[in-house]
Amino acid sequence: MRQVAIYGKGGIGKSTTTQNLTAGLGEMGKKVMVVGCDPKADSTRLLLGGLAQKTVLDTLREEGEDIELESIMKSGFAGIKCVESGGPEPGVGCAGRGIITSIGLLERLGAYETDLDYVFYDVLGDVVCGGFAMPIREGKAQEIYIVASGELMALYAANNICKGIRKYANTGGVRLGGIICNSRKVDGEKELIMAFAKELGTQMIHFVPRDNIVQRAEINKKTVIDYDPTAPQADEYRALARAIDGNDMFVIPKPMKQERLEQLMMEYGILDA
Amino acid sequence: MSKVDRILDKYSARVYKNRKLHIIEKTEDNHEISANTRTIPGIMTNRGCCYAGCKGVVLGPIKDVAIITHGPIGCGFYSWGTRRNKARGDKHTKNFVEYCFSTDMQEPDIVFGGEKKLKQAIKEVVEIFDPDAIMICATCPVGLIGDDIHAVAAEAEKLYNRKVVAFSCEGYKGVSQSGGHHIANNGLMRHIIGTGDRVPTKYSINILGEYNIGGDAWEVERILKRIGYDIVVNIPGDSSIHEIENAHIAHLNLVQCHRSINYVADMLKDKYGTSWLKVNFIGVSSTVKSLRDIARYFNDPELTARTEEVIAEELAAIHDEMEYYKSKLKGKTAALFVGGSRSHHYQKLLKDFGVETIMAGYEFAHRDDYEGREVLPFIKEDADSKNIESLRIEKDERRYRLYLSEEQYEKLRKEIPLDYYEGMIKDMEKGTIIIDDMNHFETEEIIRILKPDIFFSGIKDKYVIQKAGILSRQLHSYDYSGPYAGFNGAVNFGRDVLMGLTTPAWGLVKAPWKNSPMIEGHLQEVV
Repeated sequence: MRQVAIYGKGGIGKSTTTQNLTAGLGEMGKKVMVVGCDPKADSTRLLLGGLAQKTVLDTLREEGEDIELESIMKSGFAGIKCVESGGPEPGVGCAGRGIITSIGLLERLGAYETDLDYVFYDVLGDVVCGGFAMPIREGKAQEIYIVASGELMALYAANNICKGIRKYANTGGVRLGGIICNSRKVDGEKELIMAFAKELGTQMIHFVPRDNIVQRAEINKKTVIDYDPTAPQADEYRALARAIDGNDMFVIPKPMKQERLEQLMMEYGILDA
Repeated sequence: MSKVDRILDKYSARVYKNRKLHIIEKTEDNHEISANTRTIPGIMTNRGCCYAGCKGVVLGPIKDVAIITHGPIGCGFYSWGTRRNKARGDKHTKNFVEYCFSTDMQEPDIVFGGEKKLKQAIKEVVEIFDPDAIMICATCPVGLIGDDIHAVAAEAEKLYNRKVVAFSCEGYKGVSQSGGHHIANNGLMRHIIGTGDRVPTKYSINILGEYNIGGDAWEVERILKRIGYDIVVNIPGDSSIHEIENAHIAHLNLVQCHRSINYVADMLKDKYGTSWLKVNFIGVSSTVKSLRDIARYFNDPELTARTEEVIAEELAAIHDEMEYYKSKLKGKTAALFVGGSRSHHYQKLLKDFGVETIMAGYEFAHRDDYEGREVLPFIKEDADSKNIESLRIEKDERRYRLYLSEEQYEKLRKEIPLDYYEGMIKDMEKGTIIIDDMNHFETEEIIRILKPDIFFSGIKDKYVIQKAGILSRQLHSYDYSGPYAGFNGAVNFGRDVLMGLTTPAWGLVKAPWKNSPMIEGHLQEVV
């Protein structure tokens, strides 16, 4: 079983990318579980055809520790098992602690003991505190993919996440598997991401072009592969799924200094304008 | 090697560099000592936390207030009844000092926030106990997850029509429990003191920083009332919230524990003009001195005569017992390691019995408690001390009044410790050792190097000391005894110390490894 965590700047498209690529893996016949680690609980919406999921933490709060796995795990597109960690409403409590609690509970309930090929953690935003780093601590996720685009803040966040990965790489054994470019159609984006990845010591595992079909599928509460299997964008996600399935490049990233990051942006012409 | 160097000898260079600023041998009256700084991580300190200082020390003894510890159950449980601050209720005043209220936060409360549970706890406390006021004390996780306890308090105050005050005294704030004292002082000043409307009588006084451990405050009040003082409130030992509301009307504040309550004393002076007098009711001679100082402040021949009369009667009543204990204790040596003022106060009581103090230290005192308030302008603020709010106090124009004229005040300041504390060091003999934030290692070194007959400390090191064969008595809790304050307390103290010294059970026990070897081996020549 490969445990994979997807990180990236807020709004970069982590949930969309995770669901579309796991749809690709599911289509390949892989057994996949997706764990949404976001208090908004919208990480499995496209796989389940809507917000049909009761979150782990809500269930824990209402029913106590005596929970049936079935009540928090639903099957979605291509038999993908979907779990939402959930969390407090904005401005109260501790969402990070919530993720720790819910992953602990999933383990105790035996969610990981079935014959899964993949577990994907879709983690909110940047690595903001210990709780959000949970999937890469204690040997839970072994491989990380960072979703990024050619914008400075996305790369800045990606670089920060690499610092988190490096911190836990020695104790938890976590490695960076690559950067997924979720294109924003900025100039020289592909080259920039490739150079950025190279500087970190990793690879750009796939360049996902921008296509409005993603948004159309989302409005219909579906992944692209589910919504229009013949669309070229569906093939892009299939290619990403294959790349991850066949990936054998796992590294401890070398995060760069802010100055070097800005220099890199300059080289690829973004800061000129 | 000097005594100080022998204590420091085993430390690594880094620890040595830090600790040598906290340990001094007295050679003159003006020594600078490092205090109120962070303990080196890994060192077994005796210090407590901010919550302990706020809830456990300053607020805990107020009897008719339900103090809710907002946090996991351990913080509430381990601060329950451990200080031995006694209180008595009556038909007008409820007494919750025996109780412990906690929100018992659990994992879901951490994740989803604990405000709901806090509101529920307040509701239950009101319904079951109907206290006159409620206080909420925050523990570490409350600060981490950001529960807005002040908003909950404000809402509850309206809802239940009684004072509800929240204290952000999360354990991690500051370097010791001292930060918690300050936070509690601020809360009392901001929300409670000055809201009452009692009218002062002739000699109205407050006692500040007397915690009624083992009944100390009752003995002090007994003496003061005999002389004829009107005690508005003793903050906080055995006090009622309604007494504290009137603290602003007193003509004089008596400060017993300077460290924990000087903030309120200073703020009362700034806002209402009330002077404070540093007193010490621990020890016969210091009690006598304090009583005479108070009489001088009021400067009334009748009061002065009554003071002398009471002193003479009290001294006569304890004379024989004091002499007896003195005859037995004279010439013994003592080491003291207590919080922020007792190490100074008890030296006076020990001196009454002819016991010499050879080492004294504070857990959490600041430089002014060691060196005197004249160093206040020179104490550098650091990030830790800035983290604790200092209230900006403005003069209450309507209620501000000075009891003494400016001339009287200036004259009297030269004679009695008015708005002044001289600190501990000046009162100690040359060649004695002063240690700040002493730790377990240094305790053992002191026993080895100075060999005191008695080591006064607290529960954390008491048995380490006793097992080394040296008597240890707790000056935080008095080992289930007391009171030790005032005239009768002095006799109790003499009795307890003599009992301890004449039953040296631990000293008679020989550790097994001192008689027979625990491991055996033999030498073998290797060819």
